[in-house]
Amino acid sequence: MKVTSYRRPSGGDFAFTPENKAKADGYIARYPEGRQASAVLWLLYLAQDQNGGSIAQAQIDYVAGYLDMAPIRVHEVASFFTMINEGAIGRHHIQVCRTTSCWLRGSDEISKACLEEAGIAKLGGTSADGAFTVSEVECLGACANAPMFQVNDREYYEDLTPETARAVIRALRAGEALQPGSQSGRVTSEPPRDGRRTLLADAG
Amino acid sequence: MLQDKDRIFRNLYGEQDWGLEGARARGLWDNTKDLIALGREKIVEMVKESDLRGRGGAGFPTGLKWSFMPKENDGRPHYLVVNADESEPGSCKDREILRNDPHILLEGCLIAGFAMGANAAYIYVRGEYWQPLERLEAAILEAREAGLLGKNACGSGWDFDVFVTRGAGAYICGEETAMLESLEGKKGQPRLKPPFPAAVGLYGCPTTVNNVETIAVVPTILRRGPAWFAGLGRPKNTGTKIFSLSGHVNTPCNVEEEMGIPLKELIEKHGGGVRGGWDNLLAVVPGGSSVPCLPKAICDDILMDFDSLREAKSGLGTAAVIVMDKSTDIVEAIARFSHFYMHESCGQCTPCREGTGWMFRVMTRMVRGQAELEEIDMLLDVSYQVEGHTICALGDAAAWPIQGLIRHFRPELERRILDYKASKQTAAAAE
Repeated sequence: MKVTSYRRPSGGDFAFTPENKAKADGYIARYPEGRQASAVLWLLYLAQDQNGGSIAQAQIDYVAGYLDMAPIRVHEVASFFTMINEGAIGRHHIQVCRTTSCWLRGSDEISKACLEEAGIAKLGGTSADGAFTVSEVECLGACANAPMFQVNDREYYEDLTPETARAVIRALRAGEALQPGSQSGRVTSEPPRDGRRTLLADAG
Repeated sequence: MLQDKDRIFRNLYGEQDWGLEGARARGLWDNTKDLIALGREKIVEMVKESDLRGRGGAGFPTGLKWSFMPKENDGRPHYLVVNADESEPGSCKDREILRNDPHILLEGCLIAGFAMGANAAYIYVRGEYWQPLERLEAAILEAREAGLLGKNACGSGWDFDVFVTRGAGAYICGEETAMLESLEGKKGQPRLKPPFPAAVGLYGCPTTVNNVETIAVVPTILRRGPAWFAGLGRPKNTGTKIFSLSGHVNTPCNVEEEMGIPLKELIEKHGGGVRGGWDNLLAVVPGGSSVPCLPKAICDDILMDFDSLREAKSGLGTAAVIVMDKSTDIVEAIARFSHFYMHESCGQCTPCREGTGWMFRVMTRMVRGQAELEEIDMLLDVSYQVEGHTICALGDAAAWPIQGLIRHFRPELERRILDYKASKQTAAAAE
């Protein structure tokens, strides 16, 4: 359960860019007339992206107004879902999967390597330059490619070793991005070519 | 072992084109109009005959579930909701369907939606699945452009469209009524049942919620016939199933196999065997974190299907096989599941909200052995008080792994407690 406290409304103006406004209206159109509240998560994601990775009261109020919802209803949703960040985080949020399938294959070492490479003392912390936040999260659903982490709410880096985990972070720091997905050369979650017994026409 | 010609997911690994052209090359979106021309009743009948059971964990017969939808529209629209909020630890199969073969799901949506009188489907994708989400959105645009979705979909005379919704990191939204709440723009807390979604679901309208894999196998069942599907596996446990192998196997992977394959064969043929050999096996969680683990003695000859695993007091769940070799700290492995359930409890029902945290804290002490022997039974007792006393099954899911641990590994828990006590006494004597 994600626990957040209610904050008093703070000042600050927020409005979608014209581009985000068009996207928001597209999302709302996916739901029946009068059911625009269904798009609340989509709009919170847009607000979060536009605001640099997290939201505060101004974004909640704006989304509430946009969808004709009471602000408290939007706050309720924002505080319930872990992918809506209500506190500031680094530009690159490294989220290491800690649940059993990843743990069995060494997620502890991945977390350690990430913290060291990013220069952060403990999990949940942000590096001094604001570039990285490293956290541990619950199962990210890439168990056959364990261990793995996710960067922001986008890319998965899978089949990691402490060395490849460090390489991903170094690349991000340098303003590059390594190809997401398996870092051990797999296409997705296929068995290795050697000894493979399924979908053989594709096995090459 | 299943032959490639009987595999439904022919691009499970994304080695071919995931787009419309690739899908057509794999035989999808071919004669879809004729499948719809079979009519609502006939389609539901065929799915019933195939004995398909839901692939999302509970294993409820799919055809029967569809038949709960009202036969006539009473003015309210009907909805199909596809559960793509795959978050069960160990399970990573829907991700591969969504990103490598999105059209197989879309075609399934059209057919299933038609069979339940729905003109719209919502696919609720977990927020973390960014790449699958992008592919799915792109596939929907392709399908609309080609006239496969939208007005008069596939020239069938039936209007049907598919929309994607993105979750935001809550495991509980994989519970069907929590998913409906979240789809309506609320926080994802499960609803009391009854009324069931088939009567009062999304926006108060008749709704059926199905797992991705369940919907995705439907077109193939209709094309090849229910008898073909029912001929695979065992009675009431039919067809093929995607198994996710993770943990201490030499080659973790997803693989589509025949239902009822022996666990040992599955691990040895596709997972490259247990690390260090079969005799190095300690335990297996056969169906994702929610089901109790099984010790090696049971794993030696257990079959991987709903009923065999239920007889062994475990379950097939999502067929996510988590393998643990003898180097594993089994108590810590289960304690991690307890942490997961504590984190994911929605907080609505007291037994779950308080119980998951309590069980995790006791499990944390059990890892170190810092407990009393009688606390093992107390933990078991509390797990039974959580189980069955909550609105949804998350409470049960939090209780079962602990019950499995105590059932099969009680001596290990006792040993740790006694060792811890002995070490304290030695330390005290040394002072």
